Amino acid sequence: MSHEALIAILLLSPLVGFILNGVRFRSSNYILAGSIATGAVFVSFICSVMLMIDLINAPVDQRRLAANFFEWIAVGGFKVNAGFVVDQISSIMILIITGVGSLIHLFSIGYMHHDKGVTKYFAYLNLFIFNMLILVLGDSLLTMFVGWEGVGLCSYLLIGFWFSDSAKAAAGMKAFITNRIGDAAFIIGMFILFFSFGTLNMFELNALAPTTVEASWMGAATLGTLMLFIGATGKSAQVPLYVWLPDAMAGPTPVSALIHAATMVTAGVYMIVRLNPMFVAAPNTMMVIAIVGAVTAVMAATIGLTQFDIKKVLAYSTVSQLGYMFLAVGVGAFGAGMMHLMTHAFFKALMFLGSGSVIHAMHEEQDIRKMGGLKKYLPITHFTFLMGWLAIIGFPLFSGFFSKDEILWQAYASPRGSVFLWIAGVAGALLTAFYMTRLMALTFWGGSRVPKSVHPHESPAIMTIPLIILAILSVIGGFIGVPHVIGEYLGHIPNYWADWLDPLIRKLPETGAPHTAAEEWGLMATSVSLALISAFTAYRIYTNNKGTNEQIAKAFGPVYNFVNNKYFVDEAYFAGIINPLVKQSQNLWMYIDVNFIDKTTHVISDMTKGAGSLARSFQTGNMQQYAMYIGLGVVVVLTFVLMR
Amino acid sequence: MPETNIFTTIGLEHYLVLSAVIFSMGMAGVLLRRNLIVLLMSVELMLNAVNISFVAFSKYNNNIEGQIMVFFVMTIAAAEAAVGLALAVSIFKRFKEVNIRFFEHLKG
Repeated sequence: MSHEALIAILLLSPLVGFILNGVRFRSSNYILAGSIATGAVFVSFICSVMLMIDLINAPVDQRRLAANFFEWIAVGGFKVNAGFVVDQISSIMILIITGVGSLIHLFSIGYMHHDKGVTKYFAYLNLFIFNMLILVLGDSLLTMFVGWEGVGLCSYLLIGFWFSDSAKAAAGMKAFITNRIGDAAFIIGMFILFFSFGTLNMFELNALAPTTVEASWMGAATLGTLMLFIGATGKSAQVPLYVWLPDAMAGPTPVSALIHAATMVTAGVYMIVRLNPMFVAAPNTMMVIAIVGAVTAVMAATIGLTQFDIKKVLAYSTVSQLGYMFLAVGVGAFGAGMMHLMTHAFFKALMFLGSGSVIHAMHEEQDIRKMGGLKKYLPITHFTFLMGWLAIIGFPLFSGFFSKDEILWQAYASPRGSVFLWIAGVAGALLTAFYMTRLMALTFWGGSRVPKSVHPHESPAIMTIPLIILAILSVIGGFIGVPHVIGEYLGHIPNYWADWLDPLIRKLPETGAPHTAAEEWGLMATSVSLALISAFTAYRIYTNNKGTNEQIAKAFGPVYNFVNNKYFVDEAYFAGIINPLVKQSQNLWMYIDVNFIDKTTHVISDMTKGAGSLARSFQTGNMQQYAMYIGLGVVVVLTFVLMR
Repeated sequence: MPETNIFTTIGLEHYLVLSAVIFSMGMAGVLLRRNLIVLLMSVELMLNAVNISFVAFSKYNNNIEGQIMVFFVMTIAAAEAAVGLALAVSIFKRFKEVNIRFFEHLKG
């Protein structure tokens, strides 16, 4: 099959699934709806695999399968095609989206079977996959933006899926509005890039990117990429726009796994990797990205330490891990960022689905204080979660270890890295190990705190099979990107990942002496041992230890309270931005609209009406009266004529 | 026997006075009476009063145009009487009376 046809099927299959389920959205036949949706995504997955095989078989310099379906916009010099490109970067993304997406669809059949809106749910999920594919395959920023907005819409629809609960509906709106702020910046970024380079096609932009770095803050590349990055902070939940992601956990758990962990939130990272030559040309932007990523990684991790909702912990963990990815791309380690994107998609989707399995078993209970000792009730969920836990804390040879370690090393060793970024990264790793172990201990280990009325049970096979597959991927996924130093030690395992992405990554200008392998081993040992010590401490504190939370809260006093309340960021936004904005809007409404514009129009209309009713009083319909007016008129005119 | 010319012994002002008197009667009829038939007759009176002054002016000014104008007025008067009577008939059919106040129902 030609690759155009494959790309067309890849894109349209989820859309067809959306339409099929969308038109019969009232149905509550979960098996039919789930089969259609899962089948549609699985077809896309097959196409992705076939495209990937084509790509691998092609010579290195021809690894780019393009499909130009039609000319979308042509206004003067501004041309945008509905063009889609599968190359080294987007092929990885479509495999993740459709592969992990298929597993999550499958899991959803089990998780959502009791829900009345199940068909609508699957329709939204398929629409999401369709938009996500447009986002990653689009060959211009504008096509990407179509998908960018589309996934935002689906995210909103799915967060507020149970919209009869006003808190959940509000969470959906919060996500939508926060994303909109980022999107505005994204559009401005597109304007700047188009204005300076005359195209929105990403491959042309990359070719046009300045080869010398831009030192100024106001240069086109710097300003444009900075604006695009602000767009990415909205979509990928970075400081300062991360506040929507924890609230997004109001949606069904598989949605959190698919949209708010594995795929949509990584769109910002993907966008930066996609445009890496442009970002490399703007060191100031890269510095901002690295700092924002590092700050997000640490800050979200600390909040994760104090949360008791199983999904909130995972949500803050996601924000923190996304911070790592931005740290990676910020120091120019685009390959490492993509690698972490992939491994994170595996283990975080696994853990979200695992938490879904737990919540399902606990009859919609999400508070980890009411769990504990679930290991013996949920053996499969526990085991797979364990694999995810080992991966995320960076236990050696698990997937997260390779990707996170590469990021930390690059944060230190890259020409744009610094030791401070490394320290922030290690602090994040330390905190990650701690809160994930805490989550494991409070949920699965130690004594049971499950209320008597709840009888936990293992989930059906349709939910555990995706868990098992994702667990396998979480364990072995890292081996396609083994860092060189480890690869050599383990018997010359090449770094397939770096070689694969290499042709599309622009090299940073080298500065200073090259770093040695000993340095890398040293830093690796430091970060891994710190993380393991931290994990062990958390294990000791939280396993079999009742009342620990109160003791810790007491020990840290106001600091605990401060962190537990998420640094009062939401409150600060309300006090600093939202409430003044609402107040000013009310004032504008009251004084400008009601008291000025409305009043003016009312006065004018009253005058017209008054004049009208005056004229109306002459129009009695009494013809003799009319005749009298005529007579009087004649008399007046004659008098005037004769008396003159 | 002196030549008695009716148009010299009876001057223009006599005609005009007559015309004015008839016109005023007609006008008073139009303004004050409520019966539609009477109203139409009063309008006829006004038109004919004007006709008298037309003819009188025509004679005294030796200008034929005034008399031509009278024919126009008579034509229009006939047309007006036809329309007016048709309205009167339809009003009568509807209300069993030809009072002018029923025309107020035509008001929008």
